[in-house]
Amino acid sequence: MNVVVPVEAGEDEPFYQPHRKIYPQRVAGTFRRIKWIVLIVTLGIYYLTPFIRWDRGPGAPSQAVLIDLPNRRFYFFFIEIWPQEVYYVTGLLILAALALFLMNAVAGRIWCGYLCPQTVWTDLFLGIERWVEGDRRERMLADSRPYTAQTIARKTLKHFLWLMTAWWTGGAWVLYFSDVPTLVRDLATLQAPFMAYLWIGILTFTTYSLAGFMREQVCLYMCPWPRIQAALTDEHAFNVTYRFDRGEPRLSAKKAAAARLKGEPAGDCVDCGQCVVVCPTGVDIRQGPNLGCIQCGLCIDACDTVMAKLERPTRLIAYDTDVNIRARVEGRAAVARVIRPRTILYFALIVAVGGLMLWSLGSRTLTAVNVLHDRNPEYVRLSDGGIRNAYTIRILNKHGDARRFAVTVEGLPGASLEVIGAENEGGRQIATVGPDQSRELRAVLSLDAAPAKGSLPVTFVVTDLADNLAARNEDNFRGPEVAKP
Amino acid sequence: MTDHDHDKPKIDAVTGIVTTGHDWDGVTELNQPLPRWWLWIFYATIVFAVGYWVVYPSWPLVSSYASGVLGWHSRTAVVEDVAQLVALRGPMVAKLTAAPLADIEKDNALLDFSLAYGRAAFRENCAPCHGAGGGGAIGYPNLIDDDWLWGGTADAISTTISHGIRNDDEDSRQSQMPAFGKEGTLKPAEIQNVAAYVRSLSGLDVPAETDLAMGAKLFADNCASCHGAEAKGNRDIGAPNLTDAVWLYGSSQQAVVTTITNARNSSMPSWSRRLDPTTIKALTLYVHSLGGGE
Repeated sequence: MNVVVPVEAGEDEPFYQPHRKIYPQRVAGTFRRIKWIVLIVTLGIYYLTPFIRWDRGPGAPSQAVLIDLPNRRFYFFFIEIWPQEVYYVTGLLILAALALFLMNAVAGRIWCGYLCPQTVWTDLFLGIERWVEGDRRERMLADSRPYTAQTIARKTLKHFLWLMTAWWTGGAWVLYFSDVPTLVRDLATLQAPFMAYLWIGILTFTTYSLAGFMREQVCLYMCPWPRIQAALTDEHAFNVTYRFDRGEPRLSAKKAAAARLKGEPAGDCVDCGQCVVVCPTGVDIRQGPNLGCIQCGLCIDACDTVMAKLERPTRLIAYDTDVNIRARVEGRAAVARVIRPRTILYFALIVAVGGLMLWSLGSRTLTAVNVLHDRNPEYVRLSDGGIRNAYTIRILNKHGDARRFAVTVEGLPGASLEVIGAENEGGRQIATVGPDQSRELRAVLSLDAAPAKGSLPVTFVVTDLADNLAARNEDNFRGPEVAKP
Repeated sequence: MTDHDHDKPKIDAVTGIVTTGHDWDGVTELNQPLPRWWLWIFYATIVFAVGYWVVYPSWPLVSSYASGVLGWHSRTAVVEDVAQLVALRGPMVAKLTAAPLADIEKDNALLDFSLAYGRAAFRENCAPCHGAGGGGAIGYPNLIDDDWLWGGTADAISTTISHGIRNDDEDSRQSQMPAFGKEGTLKPAEIQNVAAYVRSLSGLDVPAETDLAMGAKLFADNCASCHGAEAKGNRDIGAPNLTDAVWLYGSSQQAVVTTITNARNSSMPSWSRRLDPTTIKALTLYVHSLGGGE
């Protein structure tokens, strides 16, 4: 925190941080433009994705992105994920973490400044606030005086617009979990499930409070990433940096001009405070790296505007590193070490994990079989002295139509297989599984005599009779323990 | 070590922020107090807790408890959930009740439902004796193998479950093996010989001092009436096949001697007194599906 607590040593310290309301000022420039574009794209994706339709044929939902919790399916365009494949979610989370680390290694808190939902929605809410209540000075003035009718009217309108935005945010959220045309109609006619209204309410509340009121407090006190980020960063990461080598000593524009004429040292910083007033977290970037700084670059835009007016070079505040500032002070050339072991490692890990996921996604089959060996008992002895093992097999049919599967075993000569619930067609065990369903069957496998070893490997093969593609799963056939010689 | 004389806040020279005054070998800590809303959230949780006491069951009283204005009760919630589940299963249960045993296997969906239903009922009612997987134990028949005392067809299994074995149900399976040793019918040495002969029928080792011919004669005189001349058993009276590899009470000489001496007449309850016909039907199908169904 950059707030200097105004107490003398030895006095009682305050128990709580005094609240300081932040009134970020409007600013224009490169980074503001990037932030608007990112905001439109990310919010556009969030609000509009549920409305994209995707034809999957009869009997399947025709919504491009759908999390179908009752039926345990996740649809993403041409991909359909079953609960058994939840590891893809794990993979995505690993990728997300690695991408965050890579971003951080290249240019610090890009996530915080541009992409984090807290930043994006706060930006949107700030935009509404400025549009209704005016810019920084006007808002500060209105708040410092007794409320006038106009202030009250403006604040009412602001909160109404905030609540509408928050409500849309919650509304879009629930659309990901249900068929959109049906749900929208049900919501409008008050016939939607209670859970839908509850979740809209929860997200309306969180959006309204987090983007409207909590804002920078989320970054300062609630979010773990600033703490983790500080441990992951290094001296070569580009951060929004005040180039003190150029800026100090701070002088007014006039004094600086005079000093320069006399050949005395004069910095470019005129101490106008524009970098501070535009900051959404109320940070003074000139104090150096700061936990409160989300590195959105708005202070760069503010400073560039001032520098341009003063006809001094821009980028007194810029994406830079302390290493480079030191280099310039010592008369060496600045370097951009984007490619270094840390970034290579993160990039390689992203490629490896992403590649693995794509490979497994590309090579997955629409038929699968899971086998679970009975454990109690592991085997039974038959009346003729033979040994019987029982298994629970689950055949997964991810096709859009019902399929017939032949169940066989490999690797266990002389074994006889019976699948309860399958039809016996000429000695073959044929099981029918409905479209986009799985079916659990009991498989009973018998050998005439106890296996010579306590346990023998056996492979269950499930062959789709429609396309002759087979899914396999290995298990073991167990018999009495054989004493080791 | 903390020196309490120095335990006073100072202003940190680098940041200008007040320290907590704590000093660990020269390492000090900046005082970074929490915002006040953090405190408000703490108060809010207290208010929430009080609200919870009012709404939900909470404080124990002398003879009862504060039941909460909602009247919520975990038992009621379970009953409601179970009622919902029963309603959900209703149509399939009705179908199962109506369908004849022989027809159920022809309907995949109904069969899968019956087996799931039967598995749940088996684990609740049968597993204590027969094991969770139906593997049985000494004295409790294994239901996965191909050996049946009273028959392994669906109808035979249904009868056994419905009426049980050797209980006071009029229709229960009844039979009685005599305690040949205890009643004095056979002498201990004779029992050793019969036991050896019975074990030899399944190809098991015979103790050296026993007389198999004597055992065979004693078997024909005393045992064949129930177990058959070839010792293949008789399912009508639950007499086990003595020539196979399946032994309910163990196959050691000692175990067989004990059986002949004291007899083994275990019983099974009549489940029609405890379970409804649909559950028994599901159980029948499940047991039949375990592996040995005939």
